Amino acid sequence: MFRAIKKLFFTAPVIFITGAAPALADGHAAEGEQLYRTLRCAGCHAVGPDAKNRVGPQLNEIVGRAAGSVEGFRYSRAMAALAEEGLVWDDENLRAFLTAPSEFLPRTRMGYRGVRKEEDLNELLIYLATLTPETNLGIAHIEPGDPEVAAEILAIEGNVEYGQYLSSTCVTCHQASGDSTGIPPIINWPADAFVTALHAYKSKARDNEVMQQITSTLSNDEIAALAAYYESIQE
Amino acid sequence: MKLDRRGFLGVGAAAAATMSAPMVMGAAHGKPRVVVVGGGAGGATAARYIAKDSGGAIDVTLIEPTRTYYTCFFSNLYLGGFRDMSSIGHTYGAMASQGVNVVHDWAIGVDRDAKTVALAGGGSVPYDKLILSPGIDFRDGAVQGWDTSSQNAMPHAYKAGSQTELLKSQIEAMPQGGTFAMVAPPNPFRCPPGPYERVSMVAHYLKINNPTAKILIFDPKAGFSKQKLFQDGWSRHYSGMIEWISPDFGGAVDEVRPGSMEVVADGEVVKVDVCNVIPAMKAGRIADLAGVTNDAGWAPVNPHNMATRADENIYVLGDSSQQGDMPKSGFSANSQAKVCANAVRGELTGSTVFPARFANTCWSLIETNDGVKVGASYEATDEKIAKTSGFISQVEDDAATRAATYEESVGWYDGITADMFGT
Repeated sequence: MFRAIKKLFFTAPVIFITGAAPALADGHAAEGEQLYRTLRCAGCHAVGPDAKNRVGPQLNEIVGRAAGSVEGFRYSRAMAALAEEGLVWDDENLRAFLTAPSEFLPRTRMGYRGVRKEEDLNELLIYLATLTPETNLGIAHIEPGDPEVAAEILAIEGNVEYGQYLSSTCVTCHQASGDSTGIPPIINWPADAFVTALHAYKSKARDNEVMQQITSTLSNDEIAALAAYYESIQE
Repeated sequence: MKLDRRGFLGVGAAAAATMSAPMVMGAAHGKPRVVVVGGGAGGATAARYIAKDSGGAIDVTLIEPTRTYYTCFFSNLYLGGFRDMSSIGHTYGAMASQGVNVVHDWAIGVDRDAKTVALAGGGSVPYDKLILSPGIDFRDGAVQGWDTSSQNAMPHAYKAGSQTELLKSQIEAMPQGGTFAMVAPPNPFRCPPGPYERVSMVAHYLKINNPTAKILIFDPKAGFSKQKLFQDGWSRHYSGMIEWISPDFGGAVDEVRPGSMEVVADGEVVKVDVCNVIPAMKAGRIADLAGVTNDAGWAPVNPHNMATRADENIYVLGDSSQQGDMPKSGFSANSQAKVCANAVRGELTGSTVFPARFANTCWSLIETNDGVKVGASYEATDEKIAKTSGFISQVEDDAATRAATYEESVGWYDGITADMFGT
């Protein structure tokens, strides 16, 4: 499953947020929630514990959900075909879909012309990501502004055993179980995203001081080792 | 993996593990034996990592007197009303189910020739490697007029639990407009920002419940951890309530009088309502009894593996160790425990030993959603654990940054306690 996501995720040109600092993400999520109503998403797509399918399927846990998989909803043939291909919704393909639904998926039944403003799309996507519990979010960990990591660095084969030793520093804050209360979970990340995120802290493109400090002591090989270890324990 | 073991494994499981411990140890005859004394951030982590990573190849026994361990970190938040006591209490059931023999008893002696640890309850436990992580004890006579027999009148509350509850009840019983005094400790001591976070939390409580009360800090030090950040926070949140008295202005107390609730400093007698005496510290007693401490009262260690300079089969972690630049903190002890566990496992089973690396971050809460932090990375040199670089929160931080820092500290608390206790 993760291989497929990784491919989708990394072939698309624009990459996007979910693991932002909680306070920041909350701010955007609130605006995104409002947009969900004002852009009329809510008219067709229900969310929440009692969400039922309406004109469109309910959107609980949409990020990380397999396309065309909501029970009891009759999808278009186009969407069923996408489901057949094994597409899993992530920030990336949702962004593409919502920008121009009928371009992303010709003959989709979603009669919506697309979100015009990039800023609206950003906020809407942050809100949509909140509909999935963090522990289930095994995808989309790269933020806008994360510098691209050179192919040869991404290609480094990490030493899993060394990665396990190094991870003992991570688990002081990021729980091994993936539970999170104020600090994001780091299990189930694709290795490339893990490496990109750590390099973003190391270059101070991301601004959490604890992470900047921790990554300042990690070499390229050590970052690869951590990514390899965390990838090796994926469920 | 995502099961919440805390839900169904608690005191019962720990007690069962305790009773069956001698049998388990007998059955493990022939395996290398590691004994860990002290179930806090250093000891619990070391015991759990050695058991977990050796996959049963090493017999691990943890000796810890209390069945419910209250963390010193976040106990100030209890004083401020941000946490309840049960939220900082932890049991050893999960660890017991993960292959650690948990023995609830006091270690009262170490025979380094026979390689055994004597227990207060009788009997002794043999070891190949002994890891001591006993926290701190107080120096006799450090504050004139105070000894542990005065701790009910003037609590230290620097080992969390009943002392913390006592101090809180005394704060709650203060008369309107009364005086809370703290006698701060000299360096080095457990949790450098701890006394000043405590003052912040007491001020938070008093501002709501007793706004005309005063706080006096008698300090033998000319400066303290995160000083600018705390003093900025105190003036923003608790204007006029807190007076920090440095040694130049009589902060070094001559004497305390628990009977009459008086502090004598610079020849002046000050009558107070609550007096929190945090005396000078030294390594936990068992380190002394094992003969691995120096004249300063701490256990010098090899920075590469935390083995004591006095005995290569005895390791000391956390507050009790004298290692160099790391502050005495729960985070530091947890970090040192992982280096030590990796080294001990390597020596006993031949597993790969990776180079030591250490990290520390200390978060403090000044007022609701006003959190600050300081952190650093360290490396092992032959001489000491040496700081390589660090960071600290800034006075200019905006409110969102401070709120995010507090939220991060809450996440850290849950992370480190899950890491320590295996929950």
